[in-house]
Amino acid sequence: MTDIPQTGPLPDGQTGPRPGSLLVTDDRTKRRNRAEARFKAYGIAALAIGMAFLAALLWAILSNGLTAFTQTYVQLDVPLLEEKLDKDGDRDPAKLAKVSTFGYAPLIEQALVEQVEATGVETELAPKALSKVLSGSAAAQLRDRVLANPELIGQTVSVELLASSRVDGYLKGRVSRASLARDKNLDAEHLDLIDAWREAGIVEKRFNWSFITGADASDSRPEQAGIGVAMLGSLFMMLVVLVLSLPIGVAASIYLEEFAPKNRFTDLIEVNISNLAAVPSIVFGILGLAVFIQFMHLPQSAPLVGGLVLTLMTLPTIIISTRASLKAVPPSIRDAALGVGASKMQAVMHHVLPLAMPGILTGTILGLAQALGETAPLLLIGMVGYIATNYPEGVAEGFLSPNSAMPAQIYEWAKRADPAFYERAWGGIIVLLVFLLAMNLIAVLLRRRFERRW
Amino acid sequence: MTPSWIALIVLAIAAAGFVLARSRALRAAAREGRRLHSLPGYYGWTAALYAALPALLLLAIWLVAQPAVTRMMVWPVLEAEASANAVPSLMMADVQRLAAGLDAAVETGRLSREAARDLPAGEMRAAMAAQGVALGSEVTSATRDAALRWRRLAGVGHLARTIAVIGLALAGAAWGVSRAAPDFRARNAVERAMRGTLISAALIAILTTVGIVLALIFNTIEFFRLYPASEFFFGTTWSPSFGGGSELGILPLLWGTLYISLIALLVAVPIGLFAAIYLAEYAHRNVRSWAKPMLEMLAGIPTIVYGLFALLTVGPLLVEAFGRGGYLGLGWMQGGTAVMTAGLVMGIMLVPFVSSLSDDIINAVPQSLRDGSLGLGATRSETIRQVVLPAALPGIVGAILLAASRAIGETMIVVLGAGAAARLSMNPFDAMTTVTAKIVSQLTGDADFSSPEALVAFALGMTLFVITLALNVVALWIVRRYREQYE
Repeated sequence: MTDIPQTGPLPDGQTGPRPGSLLVTDDRTKRRNRAEARFKAYGIAALAIGMAFLAALLWAILSNGLTAFTQTYVQLDVPLLEEKLDKDGDRDPAKLAKVSTFGYAPLIEQALVEQVEATGVETELAPKALSKVLSGSAAAQLRDRVLANPELIGQTVSVELLASSRVDGYLKGRVSRASLARDKNLDAEHLDLIDAWREAGIVEKRFNWSFITGADASDSRPEQAGIGVAMLGSLFMMLVVLVLSLPIGVAASIYLEEFAPKNRFTDLIEVNISNLAAVPSIVFGILGLAVFIQFMHLPQSAPLVGGLVLTLMTLPTIIISTRASLKAVPPSIRDAALGVGASKMQAVMHHVLPLAMPGILTGTILGLAQALGETAPLLLIGMVGYIATNYPEGVAEGFLSPNSAMPAQIYEWAKRADPAFYERAWGGIIVLLVFLLAMNLIAVLLRRRFERRW
Repeated sequence: MTPSWIALIVLAIAAAGFVLARSRALRAAAREGRRLHSLPGYYGWTAALYAALPALLLLAIWLVAQPAVTRMMVWPVLEAEASANAVPSLMMADVQRLAAGLDAAVETGRLSREAARDLPAGEMRAAMAAQGVALGSEVTSATRDAALRWRRLAGVGHLARTIAVIGLALAGAAWGVSRAAPDFRARNAVERAMRGTLISAALIAILTTVGIVLALIFNTIEFFRLYPASEFFFGTTWSPSFGGGSELGILPLLWGTLYISLIALLVAVPIGLFAAIYLAEYAHRNVRSWAKPMLEMLAGIPTIVYGLFALLTVGPLLVEAFGRGGYLGLGWMQGGTAVMTAGLVMGIMLVPFVSSLSDDIINAVPQSLRDGSLGLGATRSETIRQVVLPAALPGIVGAILLAASRAIGETMIVVLGAGAAARLSMNPFDAMTTVTAKIVSQLTGDADFSSPEALVAFALGMTLFVITLALNVVALWIVRRYREQYE
């Protein structure tokens, strides 16, 4: 175990450095050095695996989700025949509204047939089958447009109609001719038509605003589904969380950090808070279900209830971070305030709290980000299974009427049978992550800008 | 008057009280030629707080209590029918909807006050349909009577609420104004009230815990009344059927939970620990400054994302490798959802959790211990293995326990990635299910909490709560004890 060179004459016939010299590494040292290198390599490998996980996750999200932001549309010239839509010719909105989407479907079929002839594609598809390339909502889309602008009746208008999700999938590479063999919704012949139309510029992919702003759609219309309404539901929930958890969290922290005497009771509160921070989120969902819905009879699926549950869940996080930032304000500030005659309350409210505010806001934003991505408690208070097809009317409605939330909407899409919804789910995740990233960035910037070193 | 109007009026009274009390205190001081005890604003605040706090508190309590009390008083009308008919909560909902519909009809002028009172039961449904209120079934006379009674009680209640709350606010304001005299210690009074508010905010943490425990205990007791506890804790089959005759044994669920958590920890602990050791002991400052936030990004990603990743990416990949006709030709895996899928993805989720906790703990080991070991000629890895890790061991064990508690309570990954079949199997490629996944499946979309199949979720929640609480308490105790050791 010693590196001191041996002294004395060399044994007979031996050349070179003496055994045990500092100039040679003996087997034992080599072994130890190898172990050292190995150990370091384990560390690097672990870190690399962690990074690889992150990369794989991000790659999966982006490669699967980005396509949700484009959507296929079909450009059609639809003749809005007066005798079909407005027999009396007086453009009375009440009468116009009586024509259901079934009144519009033949017009679209006719337009499709004309378009087929105009582009000179040979197809054996019947007019009825042709309309399968369009979304089931195409007629409703046209009807909404006519009702909004009755002057269009009698003209031939050029409209962009949503293509069906299979056609959309074909343009995005999700659907192939082989995979259509067992599919009743579309045939290979349709695809020939689509190919021809694509060259003619009639079928086109473009940015999908309605995914970001739109509402959820029924099971059979993935092409129409959007995350806008769920986004609004999340917004209302976050408002509830912000309005409740920031004042309550700050008040609780001020008490515990500045005023609480050291006794059993405050110990109990402290232990409670650290335990609540580690309670599984689903337990908060059970609490919300039992207390807010079963006991207090608040409306199911309402953002108000979701917000209340998430408030209880994020309170410990906010309290812990707020206490840390209160603790970071040096005692000299308090002493100075007390020294010029301020009361304890004045010292805290006028001096300590404003100085701790940047840290408190950072913690609150991070707490909100955590609440925004939380799903499990929302499942229990009924925010899943509800199809959010309408925007809430007004603010009170926004808090009290059933709605979904972004993560709940993603879960809902992930459960549906049609793979076209998976694309929507990944796309929804991108939207959610963009929000989370923005919130984290704000938190980091806030910290950089206002953080004080004492 | 709606609650928001009442609240606004209370706030207006408080504002008026503020102005009055402040000016009264100033006038009194000027008249008597002496100085006020506190700043003039504090006299105003006293009156404002006396006016607003009790009144708003009363309003809040009233809002919660009134529906419950009304429900209790209306119930006798329905009781006769309830025994023959179905679910009480649904009948009550009908009554409430009918009452609300009648209110709306009177408000819009579709029905006169008298007509609403005298409308026979048979015509009610049509009248409500005209109003845009859809009722589930024909209105029975008991329902009609109950709805009318509801309206009467609600009307009385609302009137009483308005009078009581506004009266209380006025009384408080008057009391506050009357006390505004120079020798009244207004600041102390305001600060006492503020302190009370702070304490009650801190109490919400306790209330939450109490709420959780009560919600779980009451429903669990209810469940055990319908289903024997011994069969729940020792039953080996889980097959709920809402038609009755379910077997609700928790063992398969616990097994699935523990198996998935075990795999998750097998993934997360080595990776997280080695990453933490590397970052704390070897990495250059620059590497650390970008690698640590990157790793912690994994912790900021919502669990629904991991769930989707398990369901749509990892599951299919594993099937391609281990499934029938896969690369390895093993045929172990039937479908994408399996213990392995959920366990692997959960492991990824826990890596940053383990690594950042261990990182803190390793950094808390005093530098002198390392210096001593290095000075004796040990290599870095020897120092870490023989000095730093043993010193940090209790903390690391605590971190692993916390990670285990996270794994056991995790929901979204197992709901999407682990499957729905409850079985006791050793094959990690089988679909299994967990306690959390079954809580979700037993409680979603169901508002009726009377069947054992729904109530079992509370017993499952109780089990989960107790297990995670025990793990947390032990872990926090270990971590805290260890931290104090070197401070």
